[in-house]
Amino acid sequence: MASPPKPVAAICNLTEEAAGPNLPLHSPPPPHGLATMTAAPLLSLTDAATVAAAVAPSRAPTRARTQATPRFPAAVSLRCRRARPLTAAAATGASPSSAAFHGECYVVGDNIDTDQIIPAEHLTLVPSKPDEYRKLGSFAFVGLPTAAYPVPFVVPGEESSRYAVIIGGANFGCGSSREHAPVALGAAGARAVVAEGYARIFFRNSVATGEVYPLELADSGASKECKTGDVVTVDLDSSVLINHTSGKQYKLKPIGDAGPVIEAGGIFAYARKTGMIASKSA
Amino acid sequence: MASISAAAKASAAFAHKHELAAAAPTQQRQFASSRSRRARGGCVRAVATPAQAPRAPAATGSVKTPMTTTEKILARASERASLEPGENVWVDVDVLMTHDVCGPGTIGIFKQEFGEDAKVWDREKVVIIPDHYIFTSDERANRNVDILRDFCAEQKIKYFYDIKDLSDFRANPDYKGVCHIALAQEGHCRPGEVLLGTDSHTCNAGAFGQFATGIGNTDAGFVMGTGKALLKVPPTIRFVLDGEMPPFLLAKDLILQIIGEISVSGATYKSMEFVGSTVESLTMEERMTLCNMVIEAGGKNGVVPADATTFKYLEGKTSVEYEPVYSDAQARFVSDYRIDVSKLEPVVAKPHSPDNRALARECKDVKIDRVYIGSCTGGKTEDFLAAAKVFLASGGKVKVPTFLVPATQKVWMDVYGLTGITVPGSGGKTCLQIFEEAGCDTPASPNCGACLGGPRDTYARMNEPTVCVSTTNRNFPGRMGHKEGQIYLASPFTAAASALTGYVADPRDFLV
Repeated sequence: MASPPKPVAAICNLTEEAAGPNLPLHSPPPPHGLATMTAAPLLSLTDAATVAAAVAPSRAPTRARTQATPRFPAAVSLRCRRARPLTAAAATGASPSSAAFHGECYVVGDNIDTDQIIPAEHLTLVPSKPDEYRKLGSFAFVGLPTAAYPVPFVVPGEESSRYAVIIGGANFGCGSSREHAPVALGAAGARAVVAEGYARIFFRNSVATGEVYPLELADSGASKECKTGDVVTVDLDSSVLINHTSGKQYKLKPIGDAGPVIEAGGIFAYARKTGMIASKSA
Repeated sequence: MASISAAAKASAAFAHKHELAAAAPTQQRQFASSRSRRARGGCVRAVATPAQAPRAPAATGSVKTPMTTTEKILARASERASLEPGENVWVDVDVLMTHDVCGPGTIGIFKQEFGEDAKVWDREKVVIIPDHYIFTSDERANRNVDILRDFCAEQKIKYFYDIKDLSDFRANPDYKGVCHIALAQEGHCRPGEVLLGTDSHTCNAGAFGQFATGIGNTDAGFVMGTGKALLKVPPTIRFVLDGEMPPFLLAKDLILQIIGEISVSGATYKSMEFVGSTVESLTMEERMTLCNMVIEAGGKNGVVPADATTFKYLEGKTSVEYEPVYSDAQARFVSDYRIDVSKLEPVVAKPHSPDNRALARECKDVKIDRVYIGSCTGGKTEDFLAAAKVFLASGGKVKVPTFLVPATQKVWMDVYGLTGITVPGSGGKTCLQIFEEAGCDTPASPNCGACLGGPRDTYARMNEPTVCVSTTNRNFPGRMGHKEGQIYLASPFTAAASALTGYVADPRDFLV
């Protein structure tokens, strides 16, 4: 076996200065992951208004990494990827259960299939090419019928979305196995999907890529009660979705079997961590 | 196999009994294998942390936990004496398939993670089949096929069904067409094996009594380098189909009936096993249609036990030895559905969901704009023969544009009669002749075509909000191109009948 993996501090929350020696400074900024969201402090309900004002206009393209001191210790990398070699398991400090996602939510209904998430005509884009990865983000959710979804997830002409959390109903991500689906959502800036249930392949792809954190609601109702634009917090520590705008909370199910894979940083990191494949040489 | 009681309610074609497995299939377990495996290649060893005391190695005798076909396949592939639904195991993969849409991304991840000079785990087990966006002027689509070619040359991939001359598919001797049908026709589907593909309809191959399911680019990139995949063992829902198949029904009607019954998430994370006298009477192509749409119910994989029909189909197609497995008599299924096929009628799935089932005869007032016969689900030779049968019986002409897209080169040749196939009862006419007489469009180059829309210049793509009866597999909004389009999923019989009337039609109007 190679030498013990060097902990890489918060792969997805790196500033240029903090980049380790294995991470070339000139490579494209890493996709945000779990860790970037921890920079937004967990707010009480009274701060909701402030947050709404702060989050909305200042929602820069999601690649801009925050310089603020994270409230929570750098969490596990949720993404193992894109043009940068994965050098080691990223776990350092707290597990993802200490993390939170915060921002405006985008609400969809039941049985949102992957054609609606990313229509087939855009599948000529190859997710492992950085510029095409970004383009996929610009097309996220463009397949949603406009009558039912008048507010677009990504404003036409832009590359990323203002919505950090997607709230869905039953069977989210059904249909085609296209990995472009969680990739498009992640590339657009979504950090987590909170749904009543998932189709198998979409869930698996989300976990394998680390593009979006797929969380499951304990009960139905959130996708009918929450409205696009509501400010929400997904608190993994307490397993709850808090809607600051409406004041309601929704219980989440524990992540289950996917937990170890997510915590490791995706399927490759997990396989390396557990010795299934050799550590990657830089 | 467990004896089938005749206790189905007389009035219902469907009877549903829950048989909860003694071991709850939804146990949550850590990713672990409860027994160590031999190291292989020096860098692979089992995951530690057993969830329970390891099984003694001697427990490989006749007293084994009864397992379903799927459980047995995954047990053998992970070198376990037995396993249970809910366990996560590392399995050896027999075949990995990818195509032009997901291949480039898979290759990108493979090289990223294993290195630019990495080699695939077995150059004879990676089958690369361009089929999705082929006959298009879209530059990225064309580039994606080039990416596949470069990779296959570099890796010396044995099975790459290449196409270079896009203006004439027949000028490309290696080109096959739709991946799932090509896999079957080229002998890559074998009983008892594990087949993974970067396409959700990989479950199509379950018709061969193997474990076949769809995965994404990242998982596939992993398999490409290691030949292994981490899979969660699914519990099995058993569907017992008995009764003589009526002459106006096809396997498409059976699976639409089932999906309508259990919903688009009724089989999520589960295996669907199809048994019974009706299933045994189905041809391989019909069995493929049945398993093809397992994904539309959320199913992880579908299984039809291998039998003489399977072995006959495979004769001459593969020289790889295979060993079928079968569900034990006492295997535990999470649910049992009994279906009396003789009581079923032709059905469609109305917009916009594959589980939006309705009787075809109840949709006769739905005016349609076009008919599409093609795809892995409904573009095989027998699908075209079925459509031809309806046109022949009618003698009439289609009232709407009727698009025909054979799935593979072989199917195209069958349709054109170049392999000697003629339409029964027609006095020796080929399918093509029947289609021409009925006024259908000329059969197109074999590929996935407009089943999933694709680039704007894709043949038969739905670029306007029209109403289409289609033999394809999905009808979610925008599936064939236009977000306001309306797609009725149907069997080839029903599609042909609808073309003749210009409305959604019941094939019994022509066939009986």
